[in-house]
Amino acid sequence: MADEPLVLGIETSCDETGIGIVRGTTLLADAVASSVDEHARFGGVVPEVASRAHLEAMVPTVRRALADAGVTMRDIDAIAVTSGPGLAGALLVGVAAAKGYSVALDKPLYGVNHLASHVCVDQLEHGRLPEPCMALLVSGGHSSLLLVPDITSDVRPLGSTIDDAAGEAFDKVARVLGLGFPGGPVIDRWAREGDRAAIAFPRGLTGPRDAPFDFSFSGLKTSVARWVEARQRAGESVPVADVAASFQEAVVDVLTRKAIRACKENGVEHLMMGGGVSANTRLRALAQERCDAAGIVLRVPRPGLCTDNGAMVAALGAEMVARDRAPSTLSIPADSSMPVTVSQAVS
Amino acid sequence: MLLLAFDTATPAVTVALHDDSRVLAGSTRIDARRQGELLAPGIVDVLRAAGRARAELTDIAVGVGPGPYTGLRVGIVTALALGDALGIPVHGVCTLDALAYAAGRDATVAGPFVAATDARRKEVYWARYDDAHTRVEGPSVDRAGDLAATVTALPAVGAGAALYPDSFADVRGPEHPDAAALAAFAVERLAAGLALLPPEPLYLRRPDAQVPAGYKAVTPVGPPPGA
Ligand SMILES: [Zn+2]
Repeated sequence: MADEPLVLGIETSCDETGIGIVRGTTLLADAVASSVDEHARFGGVVPEVASRAHLEAMVPTVRRALADAGVTMRDIDAIAVTSGPGLAGALLVGVAAAKGYSVALDKPLYGVNHLASHVCVDQLEHGRLPEPCMALLVSGGHSSLLLVPDITSDVRPLGSTIDDAAGEAFDKVARVLGLGFPGGPVIDRWAREGDRAAIAFPRGLTGPRDAPFDFSFSGLKTSVARWVEARQRAGESVPVADVAASFQEAVVDVLTRKAIRACKENGVEHLMMGGGVSANTRLRALAQERCDAAGIVLRVPRPGLCTDNGAMVAALGAEMVARDRAPSTLSIPADSSMPVTVSQAVS
Repeated sequence: MLLLAFDTATPAVTVALHDDSRVLAGSTRIDARRQGELLAPGIVDVLRAAGRARAELTDIAVGVGPGPYTGLRVGIVTALALGDALGIPVHGVCTLDALAYAAGRDATVAGPFVAATDARRKEVYWARYDDAHTRVEGPSVDRAGDLAATVTALPAVGAGAALYPDSFADVRGPEHPDAAALAAFAVERLAAGLALLPPEPLYLRRPDAQVPAGYKAVTPVGPPPGA
């Protein structure tokens, strides 16, 4: 509908400069400039490298998004930006740019939560989020189970990782196997050729007395490294595909088991998955299988919208506008540790 | 011409509006940690104080450092966004040049001098000037204690000099650059048909990045299946 708000979203919390444009719940443009290649040789995201890349990519990526959406700068009704959580210096580039656009265009600014944006992006694909819904967010920076009665104002964390994020475990195991960075996509591809039951890697925090909705992937990662090193010491070749498949199975088994349990215990019928790791093909397949068996409706955006992007930020901004939330002030900080319970930075 | 100038390369978050003949309004807040929070409200305040609309702006001038990167980028990306949205040019000014210009305006220096700002880690960003309009060396970044005696013997302006009185023999004001000086410097150069800098940070250092002492590939690995 033409009278729905046209929102420009800016995302710079990690290594992707994402600019999205949405009208209401309709995606018009999703432009991303990634500095991942510059980080690859370091085996992880280098904050200063990411911040420099955001500054260079900002205006060209905004221009690309406007062209893709077929709109002009003057058509924009509101600016949304990730104000946290994320890398402090990287966030600050996006927040400052958003304020610049907001001041120049005299349009309201919405500083929104990155995690809530990962959930809200699903509205661009599957329409309005059911309320409440359960959200499983898994990426290189976060692994959380969230109960979401209202994405703009009421997000309740049920559990999260107590050590590594799921995506970090993928990166570290890929390094152990000599597969490069980032680990997620490459392990996914190797795992398709392997036997996921070949090696019984441990399932962290699944004992009867463990926190039911917290995650731990550090022990799993160590266990994979030990297994691989033992083969090397014995002079045996390492079955890369089987290790990848068995490791991946351990991760997605725990993630989906806990997500289904969270839905059942809270009487929630819709599970949303988001974050870069939810692009993983085995996670998507196993989640679908287990949701079908439990009578839960699974909602997962397409892989391109699961990774960090500007469209998700615009989507949450548009929802803030639709629900008449007051805009953020021009004084909002970039908050690297913004709690998931805060969907919007007000001042 | 209506030129909006600002700089966030030092602890001074400073904004000014210049109409080609004089500074119409200015605002400076000193806070080394809150450039991102103070700059945009400062811009709105200065426009309001001058009674001018953002759509009337014809030029942006921004300090491009050198300066601590996180704060420096706030000013530059804000300038780029404003310039992009308003469709007006964005000019870069070396922050040390703005500081030197302010020293000349305030008449704290007459002949040759050095301008220095805090680069942290016992280092300063510095440049040497023959007079307030003429940079002859720098900008550079060095440990204050490693600077040549020919530099440190000169009158020195800026917080970078004030921090190291053992190195700099003759420390004077001003302590920080201000956007009024930056604006006047930019207007003067534009009027004379002289070039300003591109709106890109003067980092002077490569990014700090350690290659982790990572794992060796455990096995000769070809491309992933299906890649
Ligand atoms: Zn993310």
